[in-house]
Amino acid sequence: MSSYQISLGPLLYYWPRQQVLDFYAAVAKSPVDIVYLGDTVCSRRHELRPADWLTLAATLREAGKTVILSTPTLVESGAEVGQIRRIAAQDEFPIEIGELGAIRALGGRSFVAGPHLNAYHGATLTWLRGQGAVRFVLPLELSRVDLIALLAEKPLGLQSEMQVWGRMPLAFSARCFTARHFRLKKDDCGFRCLEHPDGLAMRTQEDGEFLAINGIQTQSGQCLDLLAQASELAEIGVDVLRVSPQSQGTLDAIAALDRQRLGEAVVPVAPPAGIGRCNGYWFGQPGIHWLETRA
Amino acid sequence: MELVAPAGSLAALKAALQAGADAVYLGLKNATNARNFAGLNFSETDIRSGVALARGLGRKVLFAINTFPQPGRTQEWRAAVDAAHDLGAHAVILADPGLLAYARDRYPHLRLHLSVQGSATHLDAIELMREQFNIQRVVLPRVLTLNEIAKLARQTTVEIEVFGFGSLCVMAEGRCLLSSFATGDSPNNKGVCSPAHAVRWTEQNGQLDARLNGILIDRYAPGEPAAYPTLCKGRFEVDGEFDHALEEPTSLNALSLLPQLAQMGVRAIKIEGRQRSPAYVAQVVATLRAAIDAAQAAPARYSVRPDWQASLARHAEGSQTTQGAFERPWK
Repeated sequence: MSSYQISLGPLLYYWPRQQVLDFYAAVAKSPVDIVYLGDTVCSRRHELRPADWLTLAATLREAGKTVILSTPTLVESGAEVGQIRRIAAQDEFPIEIGELGAIRALGGRSFVAGPHLNAYHGATLTWLRGQGAVRFVLPLELSRVDLIALLAEKPLGLQSEMQVWGRMPLAFSARCFTARHFRLKKDDCGFRCLEHPDGLAMRTQEDGEFLAINGIQTQSGQCLDLLAQASELAEIGVDVLRVSPQSQGTLDAIAALDRQRLGEAVVPVAPPAGIGRCNGYWFGQPGIHWLETRA
Repeated sequence: MELVAPAGSLAALKAALQAGADAVYLGLKNATNARNFAGLNFSETDIRSGVALARGLGRKVLFAINTFPQPGRTQEWRAAVDAAHDLGAHAVILADPGLLAYARDRYPHLRLHLSVQGSATHLDAIELMREQFNIQRVVLPRVLTLNEIAKLARQTTVEIEVFGFGSLCVMAEGRCLLSSFATGDSPNNKGVCSPAHAVRWTEQNGQLDARLNGILIDRYAPGEPAAYPTLCKGRFEVDGEFDHALEEPTSLNALSLLPQLAQMGVRAIKIEGRQRSPAYVAQVVATLRAAIDAAQAAPARYSVRPDWQASLARHAEGSQTTQGAFERPWK
């Protein structure tokens, strides 16, 4: 039987404080093994302060979870550099890096290499391992064939992790698209992200589902769903399967992965209301495509 | 300040050198560079001619090998580095740490530039690449303001190159998978964005639809000027509003900032557009050459001449130019 760990990626959206706390209280009771914490998208978000994230981390650890603190993905000002330094300064929890510069702040500590480092071949994985990476998150755009090829080039001692559920973060910009939509300045944005717990859908002019706006991040409009491939991923050699938080369905996805690793049948999980599914990358197709793989 | 010009062909390379470029950058005819378009880029014979021509004039040829080696295909990218070295590259422009490590170990004397695709947006990222690979220059992602660039220039010994003119990526370079999401091919994996093979134009009753892999990127009313369907520059619906949800088609134009950039210690100004014609290259290079020379001769008296603006405006994508993130009007 295949075996894998289940992780919960960092919360990419800006939710009201109580919603965040309620969500992680439920996560604490779930069968998830690893929880990544912190805001990796926008340094202006402050419903949870750095100390609050650490308190939350301690609570989740007491519940038996491995907690990892994530650093920002796009570093463009002192605010994000400060965020990295604060995370690097604590030594209670391991760290996932969102971009390569964070390695220098870690001073030789080991880390998880996040999903946006463009690690597509063995030589880069070997370099990351030499820098202290103990696990890397696979690039989202890999197909099954490329995934197998990449894992064959993976150095010893480096684990792998892959997002299998949730909207995919596809692009990052200096510009905040949520603020732009509301005709607001980025530095005076009114924190409108709070109104969109799964981001803001961006549809084509003929009402086709396409992308989603989440501050400086552009995501897939659809929810990635590789839950049906979980056992296959484990057999190929992926060590950790990652669920990315959405306002609905997250705990169901975690539960579905848990049941599968216990040998139960695959049960489809509904994406958040109004959101479709995609899995095209896995089949070597455009990521937006959905190919039905269940009977 | 060095003027670095794009060359998608030998004709463009010649045009750039004649118009006064200090350096040209080019790519091989494959997925190892970020402008992997049909009919574009260089055969070995063309590169030999180009390098000889540049060297004869005391100019430089930089090789862009700035996509990410794909699983199981590392050798293709290493071969590109080998070719660049063997053909006499002044420097190679790389983005991938594994490939940087190869170039450093194999060719310790080859100059390494960190590509904009390498996404080094802050001091630690630049310094890590210097410590690890001895990079000599970094091409800064188009997400930084002038103040942030000035600060970086003070803090690092790595030469700084910035974009001065050309199409504007609204996303941080090397951090955008939108194109592979829509079409399967992206800058990271194929060296392309919104590739031509996925584009379909259809017209009905004068209304023009631009699609990428079937996805409606923009729809034009009769008579409305249409642009290539680069997917981040299309018009979409957000919350009932139809608009350029991410970015309007714009070009970067840093003419007015040249004296400031020079004063900060920026070492090179790059022009985007290896996919553009030799005529584009000739006119944009000549204009920026004149502007850079004026900015360096008398920075205090520098002002942007109307004929420079007019010349660049002819080549700007969309109807306007912008200083983009340099001044961050949206902040």
